[in-house]
Amino acid sequence: MASDRQFVIIGAGQAGGWTAKTLRDQGFDGRIVLLGDERYPPHERPPLSKQVLIGEAEPEVTHLWPADQWAALGVDFRAGARVAKIDRAAREVETSRKERIPYEKLMIATGARPRQVATPGTELKGVFYLRYIGDALMIRERLVPGAKLVVIGGGWIGLEVAAAARKRGADVVVIEFAERLCARALSPDMSEAVLMLHRRHGVDVQLKQSVARFEGEGTVERAVLADGTTLDCSVAVIGIGVSPNFELAAEAGLDIENGIVVDEHGRTSDPDIYAAGDVTNHPNAFLGRRIRLESWENAQNQAIAAAKAMLDKAEPYAEIPWFWSDQYDANIQLVGLPERWDEIAVRGDVAAGNFIAFYLSGGKIVGAAGINTGRDVRFCRRLIQSGAAATAAQLSDPSVKLQSLAKK
Amino acid sequence: MAEVQYHDVAAVGDIAEDEAQQIIIGSKEVCIVNLGGEFFALDDVCSHAYASLADGYIEGDQVECPLHGACFDIRTGKVKSAPATVDLKTYPVKIEGDRIKVGMPAD
Repeated sequence: MASDRQFVIIGAGQAGGWTAKTLRDQGFDGRIVLLGDERYPPHERPPLSKQVLIGEAEPEVTHLWPADQWAALGVDFRAGARVAKIDRAAREVETSRKERIPYEKLMIATGARPRQVATPGTELKGVFYLRYIGDALMIRERLVPGAKLVVIGGGWIGLEVAAAARKRGADVVVIEFAERLCARALSPDMSEAVLMLHRRHGVDVQLKQSVARFEGEGTVERAVLADGTTLDCSVAVIGIGVSPNFELAAEAGLDIENGIVVDEHGRTSDPDIYAAGDVTNHPNAFLGRRIRLESWENAQNQAIAAAKAMLDKAEPYAEIPWFWSDQYDANIQLVGLPERWDEIAVRGDVAAGNFIAFYLSGGKIVGAAGINTGRDVRFCRRLIQSGAAATAAQLSDPSVKLQSLAKK
Repeated sequence: MAEVQYHDVAAVGDIAEDEAQQIIIGSKEVCIVNLGGEFFALDDVCSHAYASLADGYIEGDQVECPLHGACFDIRTGKVKSAPATVDLKTYPVKIEGDRIKVGMPAD
């Protein structure tokens, strides 16, 4: 006999979908209402800037579960439903169509949206941001052989778009304002390795550069750079980061600080309201600070932890951040997000794009980053977690098995 | 029940304990795992993205995809963690002398 409890989830991305799945996996037999403002079932976004953009896969690849598995979860999923308001006093959410949906517990998994640039000309046809399935399909259509792509932003999205566009035969210029690529996430040596990767694949990467304006008759034709240079441009993609979608939570009076403030169980300042994924500012026990992560794994695992807490089966979410990107034949992985280190040890061949860099502080590994060394990067997470001691000499010597450094 | 044909793929000594090796049988990539001295065979290509699980990390009775961290049960091929959602096929293994033989449906 199903209970008459009702939980509501706002957002059908990775975090919203995993909240629903976990509630069921944990035996919740009440009603789950999942409100998604797109018209697709719960989906993840990583393939949108990779396989889907390249054309190797269709958008269905992003769906979190095959249709039968999703149907079996018995979720009351409402596509195209936008939430206008959270009424905490009444414990109801109100949709833009004025429908009121009561909740016992509420999950806010509203994610983030692309940050906008103020560059003139972005209203021209052919200038895009990439976040949603529709964006990927529109950009893909314009990435034909010989297309002239200008990317604003040498971060993950911009670089993945650049890689996909090269694969589709477009000419690509990446314009990055900072002096190196992915400066927020990568150490200078990794930025250099990624820069070389793109230059090897024929991308014109311009650092310390910016786009002054886009020009064209209705459709973008040119990008004019800050130094006056003019680039042919038939399609442009802007990827300069995202802003968390916390407005609903803020209007409802929840604590906000660069995202919705939650504890290690995903609880907001209202004990019946939870949040997970890109939208949250959460404590990270390993880093010893609060953090807002824009990552696939965080969206999934924080949601799993929060869903358990919604059922009073709390297990604190305490993971060492891990991140990946796929560009050309390079699988780039990062673990640990260290802010500082004493030493970097490198194992492998940086020039060949097959190496791992370990970041050491006080005789311990605090982070690692690598290209095409996923097994080692992921094993490193275990070494970091266990606080295993290691020296730069051991780590840079390929004959020393990483497993041998694990604490016994 | 389809006919199973056994293929001689490697020597027992070729694959160390808790290590894996990719073997091609016909046009099929198969991952052979030595789990504490017992051998198992399953699809080598991750059901999520094109990656060889033989390059993955083995912990307990699971193998973790080196690309995106999906985990599979080595004995059953079942998905243990996302991003994969589709189980892998497993194949029967028998040891004859010091040879590892993997059974595939005969075509």
